[in-house]
Amino acid sequence: MPASPLTSTVLFHLGPVVISRPVVTTWAIMAALAIGCRLVTRRLESRPGGPQVVLEALVTGIAQQIEGVLQRDPRPFLPLLGTLFIYLVVANLCSVLPGTEAPTGKLETPLALALIVFCSVHYFGIRSRGLRGYLASFAEPKLIMLPLNVLSEVTRTFSLMVRLFGNVMSGEFILALVIALAGLLVPIPFMALEVLVGLVQAYIFSVLATVFIGAAAGSTETQ
Amino acid sequence: MDAKVISIIGAVIAVSIGSIGPALAEGRAVAAAMDAIARQPETAGTLSRTLFVGLAMIETMAIYCLVIALLLLFANPYTR
Repeated sequence: MPASPLTSTVLFHLGPVVISRPVVTTWAIMAALAIGCRLVTRRLESRPGGPQVVLEALVTGIAQQIEGVLQRDPRPFLPLLGTLFIYLVVANLCSVLPGTEAPTGKLETPLALALIVFCSVHYFGIRSRGLRGYLASFAEPKLIMLPLNVLSEVTRTFSLMVRLFGNVMSGEFILALVIALAGLLVPIPFMALEVLVGLVQAYIFSVLATVFIGAAAGSTETQ
Repeated sequence: MDAKVISIIGAVIAVSIGSIGPALAEGRAVAAAMDAIARQPETAGTLSRTLFVGLAMIETMAIYCLVIALLLLFANPYTR
């Protein structure tokens, strides 16, 4: 029987803080992304070379996607949502490398990401509508909807977390079972499926975060 | 029967019955999207984006069942 997917391996202790394996993987991904972006954007040219073209296409592609969903200027949302998407793609796909496991397949990383989305929804909502206007938006369309609106804030954050965790973790779990049953070559189609699932889940997490933030920011001041 | 056997049976029932509904719903959603793309091929981009998000929403129900089953198997408070 494979190890429980709900617990994660503890690597070492940093004072009272327990450092587990997904945290170290996340640090490695963060370092790789930061150093990679720094290297590419160190010398930006108007006649760009290969890496800069790829990065520009990625950034403009994400911006167009956000604009397509929100129907408004994507630039205030681009840093958060773009980082979220790129991190999720790398994190979901890094289990393809031997010896690493996806940090999103453990409960704490999706929880942290969902909390970031939860907080930024309120941040963008208050910033674009003002505190009073944003609080008043919970009583729409009628005051009787207030408890349901507040409840939906919590449940949709929870479902965001469970969706990412469940998809990535179940993929790894099935892979572990298949490897335990038949080791040679049989797991390869499942791994290919896992790559697809990882990309789709990264996309869906980002799109849902975009939709939530866009709904909180409101469509009152479009364009 | 002790609590361990009962929780294993519960996990099996949760996954097997809980995946029927999402399976039917995903089939209907994909069929409707195919129908719409066949009628208006130029809207395929928007449709497939909405379809993916909708499928993820539907799939979450099955994932909830899976998480409940794993909780029963690995983090059951009554079997330790």
